[in-house]
Amino acid sequence: MFEQILFYWFTAVLMLAAIGVVVARNPVYAALSLILAFFTMTALWLLMEAEFLAIALILVYVGAVMVLFLFVIMMLDLKSVEREGFIRYLPVGLGVAGMVALEMIMVLQRSSFESERYKPPATPADFNNAEALGELLYTHYLYPFEIAAVILLVAVIAAILLTLRKREGDQAAKTQDVDQQVRVKREDRVRLVKMKSE
Amino acid sequence: MISLTHYLIVSALLFAISVAGIFLNRKNILILLMCIELLLLSVNLNFVAFSHYLNNLDGQIFVFFILTVAAAESAIGLAILVTIFRNRRTINVDDLHSLKG
Repeated sequence: MFEQILFYWFTAVLMLAAIGVVVARNPVYAALSLILAFFTMTALWLLMEAEFLAIALILVYVGAVMVLFLFVIMMLDLKSVEREGFIRYLPVGLGVAGMVALEMIMVLQRSSFESERYKPPATPADFNNAEALGELLYTHYLYPFEIAAVILLVAVIAAILLTLRKREGDQAAKTQDVDQQVRVKREDRVRLVKMKSE
Repeated sequence: MISLTHYLIVSALLFAISVAGIFLNRKNILILLMCIELLLLSVNLNFVAFSHYLNNLDGQIFVFFILTVAAAESAIGLAILVTIFRNRRTINVDDLHSLKG
């Protein structure tokens, strides 16, 4: 019963936060609504006993990605969101979204998720979700884990390369121009001076 | 009791709200990126719900990887946005038409 109250409360807050992201005029409000949606999703995942992922959502998504969003909003210094066409496309947008939701819910009505196969067994009190995830992640899913690390590396390199500002003159970063290094001739580097022997 | 169907309906509604957001905010790249994050969040909820009700941790492992890729994609998307804004001073999608014939 308590679980049901929690579920419906968190679902209601989640829906309101999601709608807040879509209709907010100020992009900062949209970002803050998205943060609220992430926190509420954390609560829902905790209800489903996915503790590691719930905390990872806060740490990674809210703590890194949303902070990045807010930094970008701050850097871009936007006063208001571009909203041309919002009212004009509102009936079509609501129609499309309603259709998507309706079709998905109709699919769910057909299937029976109440059968015995879908009842989660009661987990013991000392079940460690992070440990169980680790046992799975580092054995069966080691290769995707390494690939995920490579993806993150590529993302870091791409983000730095895209936004790096090169400074000129004395403060320029020292670089090597390999073409120029290869084109060097002996005359550029060596100068023979004739001197009398003492 | 809260069954799997409840969580799947929540995920479907969140997905629909995100689709509406993408539909209505298509002029503004920043809100578009935020709606894509909502989309991924709804899919993550779907995976975690199935993982819980089928008592199989594979769903949570997949959510782990979706989280990784979504963070990487947001970082690169925002870097692109910042670069566009530096060069064009606008984030209106309609103003990015220099490749148009």
